[in-house]
Amino acid sequence: MTLAIPLAQVQLRDRSQGTCESRNGFCPDWIADNWDSYVDPAVRHALLVALAVLFGFAIAFGLALLAHRRRALVAPITAVTGVLYTIPSLAFFLVLLPVTGRGITTAVIALTAFTLLIIFRNIMLGLDNVPDEARDAAAGMGMTDRQVLWKVELPLAVPEIVAGLRVAATTSVGLAALAFFAGAGGLGGAIYADLTFKSNIVVAGGLCLLLAALFDALFVGIERLLTRWRRAVPA
Amino acid sequence: MNDFADAIEFIFRSRESQTGGVEIGGSQLLDLLGKHLELSAVSMLLAVLVAVPLGLVIGHTGRGAFLAQFIANAGRAVPSLALIAFFVAYVGVGFTNVTLALVLLAIPPILGNTYVGVRQVSPDVVDAARGMGLTELQVLRRVELPLAVPTMFGGIRNSAINVVATATIAPLAGVVTLGDPIINASVYGDAGRLGAAIVVAVLAVLAELLFAMLQRRVTPRGIRSPDRRAPQVRPSSSRKVSVTP
Repeated sequence: MTLAIPLAQVQLRDRSQGTCESRNGFCPDWIADNWDSYVDPAVRHALLVALAVLFGFAIAFGLALLAHRRRALVAPITAVTGVLYTIPSLAFFLVLLPVTGRGITTAVIALTAFTLLIIFRNIMLGLDNVPDEARDAAAGMGMTDRQVLWKVELPLAVPEIVAGLRVAATTSVGLAALAFFAGAGGLGGAIYADLTFKSNIVVAGGLCLLLAALFDALFVGIERLLTRWRRAVPA
Repeated sequence: MNDFADAIEFIFRSRESQTGGVEIGGSQLLDLLGKHLELSAVSMLLAVLVAVPLGLVIGHTGRGAFLAQFIANAGRAVPSLALIAFFVAYVGVGFTNVTLALVLLAIPPILGNTYVGVRQVSPDVVDAARGMGLTELQVLRRVELPLAVPTMFGGIRNSAINVVATATIAPLAGVVTLGDPIINASVYGDAGRLGAAIVVAVLAVLAELLFAMLQRRVTPRGIRSPDRRAPQVRPSSSRKVSVTP
C-alpha cells in the first residue's frame, strides 16, 4: 500500500486581465461570483467538526462515568488523552493515513482524539463541583447512586460540560483546517488552493471563524435548554 | 506496515531526494529541526514578553478584563492555517512574518491564563498584603504573581505545544522547518512525509513533558500539593479549560 497523497489540486487562477484579481486585492466582485465554490468546503468542515465533537462526547462521557466511580482511573485517562491532545494535528493525520487511508474517517478519528481531553476534563470538573449538600440531600430522599448521578449530579454539571463542548468545537474548527492533508476536504483545502490570493484567504478564513461562532452559539442554546433550573432561582 | 518501516528508515538514514540531486532524511532532518526550534523559541519568547505583563496588569486592576477574555476565546477559533495564509497574502513570506503569525497564535492562551491566574488569587490574601503595607506593585510582584504562576505557566505550556505544532506549516510561508517533508512530498516522497510527521509528533510530546516538568518547578512549594484545587481552574492542569469560556 502506498501513501499517495496528492494535495488539494492547486489551480492557479488566471489573473492576467488587469482586474482587481490580477492586482491581488480584496475583490468583492470576485467573492460574489465565486461564493458557490465555498459552500461545499464549509459544509464538509462543519460535518467534520460535528462528528468529532459528537464522537468525542460519547467516548469522553463514558470514560467520565467510569472515572467518576473509580477515581483511580482519572489520572491514567487524563494522561492518555493528554498525549493524544499533544500530538500535532497535521502529524496525527499523516500517521493515521497508512492505517485508515485517505478520507473523512482519518480526519474524524484524529479530530475526535483531540476533543477527548477537553471534554473529559470538563465533565469531571462539573461533577466535582456539585455541592456535597445536594448529593446528601438526594441520598437522604432515598435516591440510589444511579439516580443521584442522573437526576442531580449530571444536571448540575451541565454548565461545565457544555463549556467543555464549546471549547472542543471551536478548537476542532481550527484543527479541521488541516484535514485536507488527510484528503478530507474542508475549508483548509480552500485556503490552500490559492494561498497568496487575498480575497480567497479572507473568505475561507472568515468562514472558519463564522463556523466557530455558529457552533459556539449552538451550544449556548443547548445549555439554556438544559439548565432551566438556573432561571428558577432568583439571581 | 511497510510505510512505517520506510518512514523510520528515512529518519535515521539519509537518501537521495525523489527529484534527485539532494540529500534528504537522516542528518538533514537536524537542520530542519534546528530551524523548527529556532522559530518556535523566538515566537514563544516574544509572545511571553507581550502577554504576561499585559495579563498581570489586567488581572491586577481588573481593567480590560473583557478584552483579555475576548482575546483568549477568539484566539481559540482562529485556524493556524488561516492565520499563516493571511500573513502570506497580506504581509508576505519569510522568517519575520511567520514569527509574527506564531506570536499572534501564542498570545491568547498566555494572556487568558495569566489574567485568570491573578484573578483567582483570594481577595482576602490581597487585602492582607495591602494591610501589611505593601504597595500595589509589591502586591502584584510578591503575592499575586507567585500564586498565579502555575495557571500562567499552563497557558505558556499550551501555547508552546501549539506553536511547535503550527511551525510545521511554516514552509508554506517560506521558512523551512520539519514541515517541509510534509508539505513538499514531491521532493521527500511518502516516507519523508510520514517520517517527518513522526518526528514532529515526538517533538511535541517531548516539549509537553519538558514544560510539565518546568511547570512543577515554578509552582511555589506552598501550593504544590496535588489535591489542592483552585477555585476556578486547577493549577496543575496543562490544558486549562475555563469554566465559562
